[in-house]
Amino acid sequence: MHELSVAANIVEIATEEAASRGGAHVLALHLKLGQLSGLAKEALIFSWEAICEDTPLKGVRLVIEEAPVVVYCPACQAEKTLRSVQEFVCPVCGVPTPEVLRGRELEIVALEIE
Amino acid sequence: MTSGPRLVEVRANVLRRNDVLARSLRERFHRAGVYVISLVSSPGAGKTKLLETTLASLRGRWQVATLVGDLATDNDAVRLERTETPVRQITTGTVCHLEAEMVERALGGWSLDELDCLFIENVGNLVCPSSYDLGEDMRVVLMSVTEGEDKPLKYPTIFNTADAAVLTKMDLAAAVECDLPAAHKHIQLIRPGLRVFEVSAKTGLGMDEWLGFMQSQIGSRAQS
Repeated sequence: MHELSVAANIVEIATEEAASRGGAHVLALHLKLGQLSGLAKEALIFSWEAICEDTPLKGVRLVIEEAPVVVYCPACQAEKTLRSVQEFVCPVCGVPTPEVLRGRELEIVALEIE
Repeated sequence: MTSGPRLVEVRANVLRRNDVLARSLRERFHRAGVYVISLVSSPGAGKTKLLETTLASLRGRWQVATLVGDLATDNDAVRLERTETPVRQITTGTVCHLEAEMVERALGGWSLDELDCLFIENVGNLVCPSSYDLGEDMRVVLMSVTEGEDKPLKYPTIFNTADAAVLTKMDLAAAVECDLPAAHKHIQLIRPGLRVFEVSAKTGLGMDEWLGFMQSQIGSRAQS
């Protein structure tokens, strides 16, 4: 359970970004969370709300977009989206797909400010 | 200029501070010619036991040192010190994983130029360590035969980010009726092509192959 320390990192970055925009008021924070990020969405939202409680970010919404795992299929020679993270094989031809292109994201994509 | 709500793009990696530090650690290790291996597993899978045997074997040929992470106690460091190689305990308190900053701090005072190889034993945990780059060259995931063959399916992130896997406590495999083909199949489903070693650090089974692998990895760095 490292969602709390990750939430603390998000607070830090969001505060810096808001300050660099003239201390804008943050309404929401958009986060991209890859299926292979090692974090659970629900636990992250819970941690976010807990950690923001006594800060100026209290009430700021954390909007999480979950990103699927995208691999490279050597047989199809194309990017494919995994059907399940329990099975790293091409969903079309069934060939093993060791090369992960995306799905590890833990990224603040945007801030909604006013 | 509008004053209503607007969306501004940020694109910031949340773990950027750790990642930047890990990159600089990796460069430091490369410059000093140190090959760095981190070990991750659930608690009690046998990381310390494997390290005890590995350190005792490697120390005759290479300068090896170890950082070992735990929430509390220096029990593991005490065990590893018996191999007469440099060991430092990182006590994380309530933190369930190691971060690059802890590694950097623990290295203080050590001359990396005198080392060939550094092992980093992470806190026993199959979830959180997967998110934190420590600047290592290779991440090895351990899984004991007593844990159940489906560990890779339950913890895909850590298995998918590993560079090698070790099935430990092989001397118990028959007694606990471990389905080895299933264990291998599950590992390959999560990380196709991953190199897997079957060892018992207690009986020595499979240790030659594992130690040979370690020797060749450390040797490749020492010569470069």
